[in-house]
Amino acid sequence: MKKFDDIVSDLAPREFGKTGLAWIGFLVVLVILGIVAYADQVIQGQKVTNMRDYALWGIYISNFVFFVATSFVGSATVAILRLTNNSWRTPLVRIAEIITLACIVMAGITITIDMARPDRVMNLFIHARLQSPITWDIIIIPTFIVISLLMLYFPLLPDFALMKKHFETSKPRLSRWYGRLSLKWTGSSAQKALHSRSIMVLSVLILIAGVMLQTIDAWLFSTTYRTGWDSSAFAPYFISGAFVAGIGALVTVIYIVRRTRKLEEYITEGHFDKMGKLLTLACIIYLYFNINEYVIPFFTAKKGEDAHLESLLTGHYAGLFWFVTLAGLVLPIFLLLFKKGRKPLPMFFIGIVVVIGSWWKRYIIITPTLLEPFMPIQGVPESWRTYFPSAHEWIITIATLAMALLIITLLVRFLPAVPVQRTADEMETKAEASLKKIAS
Amino acid sequence: MDENNKKTRRKFLDRGLKLGVAGVLGGIGLSKLSAKFAPDDKAPTGETMELMTTDGTIVEIDTSEVMEVEHHHHYSMDYNVREGIPNRKFVMVVDLAKCKNALKCQQSCNKNHYITGDNAWLKVYKMQESADTAPYWLPTMCQHCDKPACVTVCPVDATFKREDGLVLIDNERCIGCRFCMAACPYSTRVFNWGDPGQEVTLNMDMTGVEPTPEYAGRPSLKGTVDKCDFCPHMVKEGELPHCVTACPNGVFYFGDKYEDTVTNGEETLRLSKLLEDKAGYRLLESLGTEPSVYYLPPVDRLVDFEEGMSEFKEFESVEKPSEE
Ligand code: SF4
Ligand code: SF4
Ligand code: SF4
Repeated sequence: MKKFDDIVSDLAPREFGKTGLAWIGFLVVLVILGIVAYADQVIQGQKVTNMRDYALWGIYISNFVFFVATSFVGSATVAILRLTNNSWRTPLVRIAEIITLACIVMAGITITIDMARPDRVMNLFIHARLQSPITWDIIIIPTFIVISLLMLYFPLLPDFALMKKHFETSKPRLSRWYGRLSLKWTGSSAQKALHSRSIMVLSVLILIAGVMLQTIDAWLFSTTYRTGWDSSAFAPYFISGAFVAGIGALVTVIYIVRRTRKLEEYITEGHFDKMGKLLTLACIIYLYFNINEYVIPFFTAKKGEDAHLESLLTGHYAGLFWFVTLAGLVLPIFLLLFKKGRKPLPMFFIGIVVVIGSWWKRYIIITPTLLEPFMPIQGVPESWRTYFPSAHEWIITIATLAMALLIITLLVRFLPAVPVQRTADEMETKAEASLKKIAS
Repeated sequence: MDENNKKTRRKFLDRGLKLGVAGVLGGIGLSKLSAKFAPDDKAPTGETMELMTTDGTIVEIDTSEVMEVEHHHHYSMDYNVREGIPNRKFVMVVDLAKCKNALKCQQSCNKNHYITGDNAWLKVYKMQESADTAPYWLPTMCQHCDKPACVTVCPVDATFKREDGLVLIDNERCIGCRFCMAACPYSTRVFNWGDPGQEVTLNMDMTGVEPTPEYAGRPSLKGTVDKCDFCPHMVKEGELPHCVTACPNGVFYFGDKYEDTVTNGEETLRLSKLLEDKAGYRLLESLGTEPSVYYLPPVDRLVDFEEGMSEFKEFESVEKPSEE
């Protein structure tokens, strides 16, 4: 069995190596490019995008929906793992909460990027109107940011105290910061009781807020009359999609953290195996809703729906549609059914494909529908009948993704990405028996 | 070129006004519409006087008209722009049997609302439901829905519904989220993706003009939505919307549902009877948006559909001044 001090030093944050610094530099460059492009968009107006009166929303919105969906991972892991007290969650939850925080913050920023008059953002508060789903978004997103911040922070308290001690001599300044953040954590039993009760409350809150967030996000679309959005099953469709996107992202990030920080001992193949099963489950549920969304209308479609389906299944968007459905959903289910498919490396690739599939999935939900209005598209330039993002849109969108990764990287750099105290406690109490169990 | 442009506009206004005045002199049309403003419906005296319009054109007007205009003016002052003109419910009827895609309505709307973009607020669609049915021309503008999806989704109340039926936009408040455009099933909303540039392209002078939701497009603002406003700036002066007066075929009837009258400037009709006789209907009725625009089906057509093809432009609805 590992000694407590070894565990602490294994799990304590480390400085970046050369690759780490290069990675950060790369992300920073992308973010700066995005900021420049955005400044230009503000000056010139959104005519720099390829959105027009028919394709009135583009990748800013689909990217927003992607971020919102991925941010669900915090709620999902909490729901499945914390509340049911699954012990294998320990090395996973913190990273899930980091992803959640990064994604929901970026969701807030992305929706503002889509606003053509960001100078009037205060109107959202001054003239807020409750019947608009956007107003609910304005309420739920900051709420969710706060909850996910606390959800990340509270379980960190004991670890901050540990880190303070750990870095006391080697890095006194960093140690002082950890000390301040630990809020005088001593680990007394009174503190512990309060601590676990607060975390319980937060867990319930983040689950509720997460479900509300996905639902409101779905209502952004289903409150319109558009063909393909006008669906009463949109909220569960979005929630199950969020499950897939979130767990896909979690697998990917965990794999990278495990490799770069050499945490094979803490994040074991057994963890990947279980995450693999979870991802299969999520994909199967999502597939079910996809069938509901695309196959059922096939039999009963009205004229407009027919055209919509056709453009997806065989028409203009067929390539993307089948990529998203087959590579992003069916193939993962198939691969993950095998034990070999649930090994870390295959899982990593599956995770990446699932995340990419999830991103394009949102594009497929939004763009084709907008380009199939009830009235014919006439009297506007021919280019308005199609949409593909402009350079500005790509640069800005890539910057938002880079920024999310930057937030995740920095948090993993400065926070113990795997809960230290908990890991140590578990290892202690369960001793070798449990160690074997986790590893098997 | 600019000079040319101005001239055409003046000519149009002139003609529009004369049409209006002619209607009054005939004791039908406008005077009926404005009966509310001047209850004692004066008979024309036959005496005329010369007046200068805001545009600088000299027009001849019957003296009985002068009083009435003053009356409107007073009247127009005392209502809230967000609530609308009290006790009115504006509606439009579009007679598809008469439309031959002359596009005068669109040109007039574009001109009077200083539209500089690529997408007109008033569209005339070439429609054909299926291969076996006859094609027809379908003019659409904002349907001023009684259950407007656009208003429901607007997060800041920038687009709002008034008691007189109008759905208007406060482009000083709009945040440019385009949710209303996604929600509108009639694809009638138009966005200012860049700077509308009205001062340059249209030589528009805004000095002393107070922007109001009642006169959309004056001015249009970058990053906000525009759409047909049903021309309240005309209506409250007792005039008809620009498109109505511009149409040479009398396709558009504008009026008040409470008074049960609509007029196209030439004839005034009972709304209820018209809808009943001609089997009036509304667009996409099944969605439940409750539009204020009614359509009369394209039956017993006096016009040839093919005639309209010469005007039909698949990819253009706003003529660019530089291309004139
Ligand atoms: S036609 Fe569209 S823009 Fe006009 S009121 Fe109806 S929903 Fe709103
Ligand atoms: S674009 Fe403007 S008018 Fe339309 S919903 Fe957004 S704020 Fe309201
Ligand atoms: S009512 Fe006015 S704004 Fe609407 S289409 Fe006619 S002219 Fe244009």
